[in-house]
Amino acid sequence: MLDNPWMSVGKPEPRIDAVEKAAGTVRYTADYTAPGLLHAKLATSTKAHAKIKSIDVTEAWKIPGVRAIVTGKMFPFHIGPILADRPPLAFEKVRYFGEPLAIVVADHEYQAKQAAGLIKVEYEPLPVVNSVREAFQSNAPLIHENSGQYIKIISNVYPVQGTNIGSHIKIRKGDIITAWENCDYKVKETYSFNLSDHVALEPRCTLVEINPAGKVVVHSTTQSPFTIKKVLNQFFNIEVGNIIVHVPLIGGAFGGKGTVQLEPLAYLASKAVGGKMVKLEYDREEDLITAPGHIGLEATIALGTNKSGKLLAAQYTYLIDSGAYTDQAAGITRAMALDCTGPYDIANVWCDSYCMYTNHPYATSFRGYAHPELTFAVERTMDQLAKRLNFDPVELRKINAIKPGNSSPTRTMLNANNIGDVVQCIDRAKELIGWDENSLRKKTTDGKVRTKGISTFWKTSTTATNAQSGAILKFEADGSVNLNCAAIELGQGTKTILAQMVAERLKMDINKVHVTMEVNTQTDPHQWRTVASSTTFLAGRAVMNAADDAISQLKRTAATALQCSMEDLEVGGGRVYLKSSPEYGVKIEDIALGYKYPNGHAVEGQVVGHGRYIQRHLTPMDKDTGFGKPGPWWSVGTQAVEVEWDPKDCTYTILKAVTVLDGGKIINPMTAVQQMRGGMYLGLSFASQEAFLFDSHGTVLNPQLRTYQIMRFGEQPADYIVDFIQTPAADGPYGARGIGEYGVIGMAGALANALSRAAEVELNHLPLIPERIWKTRKEMQK
Amino acid sequence: MITNGTSKTVVKLHVNGETRDVMIRSADTLLQTLREQLGLTAAKRACQNGDCGACTVLVNGEPTHSCLSLSIESVDQHITTIEGFNNSFIQQEFVDKWAIQCGFCTPGFILNCYALANKHPNADDATIEEWMQSNLCRCTGYQEIKEAVKSVLQKHAGGSVS
Repeated sequence: MLDNPWMSVGKPEPRIDAVEKAAGTVRYTADYTAPGLLHAKLATSTKAHAKIKSIDVTEAWKIPGVRAIVTGKMFPFHIGPILADRPPLAFEKVRYFGEPLAIVVADHEYQAKQAAGLIKVEYEPLPVVNSVREAFQSNAPLIHENSGQYIKIISNVYPVQGTNIGSHIKIRKGDIITAWENCDYKVKETYSFNLSDHVALEPRCTLVEINPAGKVVVHSTTQSPFTIKKVLNQFFNIEVGNIIVHVPLIGGAFGGKGTVQLEPLAYLASKAVGGKMVKLEYDREEDLITAPGHIGLEATIALGTNKSGKLLAAQYTYLIDSGAYTDQAAGITRAMALDCTGPYDIANVWCDSYCMYTNHPYATSFRGYAHPELTFAVERTMDQLAKRLNFDPVELRKINAIKPGNSSPTRTMLNANNIGDVVQCIDRAKELIGWDENSLRKKTTDGKVRTKGISTFWKTSTTATNAQSGAILKFEADGSVNLNCAAIELGQGTKTILAQMVAERLKMDINKVHVTMEVNTQTDPHQWRTVASSTTFLAGRAVMNAADDAISQLKRTAATALQCSMEDLEVGGGRVYLKSSPEYGVKIEDIALGYKYPNGHAVEGQVVGHGRYIQRHLTPMDKDTGFGKPGPWWSVGTQAVEVEWDPKDCTYTILKAVTVLDGGKIINPMTAVQQMRGGMYLGLSFASQEAFLFDSHGTVLNPQLRTYQIMRFGEQPADYIVDFIQTPAADGPYGARGIGEYGVIGMAGALANALSRAAEVELNHLPLIPERIWKTRKEMQK
Repeated sequence: MITNGTSKTVVKLHVNGETRDVMIRSADTLLQTLREQLGLTAAKRACQNGDCGACTVLVNGEPTHSCLSLSIESVDQHITTIEGFNNSFIQQEFVDKWAIQCGFCTPGFILNCYALANKHPNADDATIEEWMQSNLCRCTGYQEIKEAVKSVLQKHAGGSVS
């Protein structure tokens, strides 16, 4: 085949958004203003669990400029994406520190803030449930007294009335009891970490107005504009067609902007002022604790093998700290069950994944959606098992690596198309980190200890079974093309990737592909959400279909112009030409808006290609056994780190971090590397230092970036090494699977494994601050 | 001059080489005034506590958290925001080195890097680290930003950075 000069897929095309971002001219949601714009501020709970006896707004109304005050009594209903258990504004009781109680609308933000601070709430304290372990006890105080009555929005959620269990998902595969008895080696350990946060640099912000004709116009920092429409329709009785959501570029999301939290509040605020446009922009403190964060977890894993290290039986109990409401934690509970084993072939699997209510700020999706969390626990167990067996940890993983022909915990059959190559990833990562099983722990001349840790992982994307995407390609008079697609640019580079696919398919210069950066739900085709590493796959397929549609339209117009049949023609290089005589053709610019004969007559009209793609053959999971097909494919990978640990004070530096991912064909190697490094950093920051700290009353002690520290410049690994194994996925666009979340998934496990080896203790609790390592060593010495 | 939190006064600010009238309260931060009155929205409101550096602007060439500066303090100072840069090579370096993902922290990093290159054209790794630690990025993992900063310093080598 001849080289295609317009080849774009597989090339490191520059990001189409970078120049404007460097110029500072990109407008994010909070950068928008309008004449007469009103501002909203929240009054939030200072208690983690209490009855609301009264809310007194008298003093707040005295602040000049206040136009409205909304409290929970004005909308005493529950909303939620999976289980409708959360009142947008608390009524009757509060369930977490930082929960919204009232909204003040004023001319200026400072007035609204001042007034919100003057709202007096009288509480009657209730006992605080401060951990999943406490929540799980049979005599625990109830956070939701009537959870059995909440409306289920999707089918796979099972609240247990009279307990703090928001959902319980089971996997029952094989015969665990007999298999466990037959195991020669067994390990059972418990792991935990507290809730934490996404800390996207851009705090959440929304603007909402209700125009006199009843149209609700929303601008928001969201990954899910069509879900905002769904929520406003389901719970506020607005017709779907009357809701328009605008999304400009987003300043980082990491899953935190996938759910709907502040838009209903701004809607209620706008309604209270006669529909005027109201802006609700969160302060960092609100973004950290009022808006949903990242789950906490307590996991217990039991693994059993035969003498040769083959895993025979495995049992997993996951207690997920979802905080006060289930939100997406109910979906994470399901995801944690369906991939509970990690990328290992185990015939007998029993998993109980519980979504637990506590009096903590509530949690939602976080990049990786259950997988960084379960992988930490699974990979720590694998290392401890290797130690018990006296095996090289890498070899133990290879012996058990899952392959085509095996089945997942939900008994989905795996084949060469729907799963990447785990063993190849392990081998390549081993090479890149310089794994030498005889010297995994080395002392340096200055008394420090250098060790390595490894972690393997997998993930499928548990989208809605009808998750879909659409794309429209509209040609300009100059032969260039506009791409409309509701995939949101969050920083991941998705718009560049889609432009590459258009250029590749149409064999045209990528500079002639103009991508609409902002999303408008009225003009863009439906897109499920921009989450779950699913956009390259879903939107990519939609874009390819749109390009094929455009190609057939171009050929039809050209066939008229060139007086030949469509089958004779080929599109490429900005022309439509005869396959047999490429010099004979027509420029796209001459047919993009239809073809005009020399006598003035015209035919066909503008080329407008459209395409769509919907998930195929996905099913919910069976309530009792977990049986089902919840995701389309698994990307797999291996990560490793090398650390230098100082035994004197238990501090450490991360010298090197490696990721090898099999995400199918890589569309843009540079944005893919960006995604991997960024994910690795997020995973290492989470594992090494991030967690909310709670006092005994459930108060968050560190709701600021001064006290909730994320990794700063200089703390990152000195060396990030990224490589890809590209086993193509037959279903994917150009063979691509998803990659967006994957850089995060194995980092906590790899870091904890390296540090456990260094400190010679089992570090099974995060975050891995030096004090925790020191304490664990102290306890062991007792 | 302004004596309480509610009345407003018109003052002149020198921003990006222009003198602009703004109407401020004594409590207004420079960040608020730049964003809300002058439409200079590249400086971001991300923590309002001096923790993240997304609001960084230059005040007389010094990188400054505009969320911690009052507008009233900024009168008679020379303020530079990223909008005052026009396709500078330093911006191009951030593009070329893939140091930009969501872009929210980018203006702050670029301004900080600009000031670093002017003040410490031969900065070593420790100095780079000390300077860049004032700014947070959640997307990149800092490696590409580090490469961009180093490349800026290398190419700058004593010349003008703008």
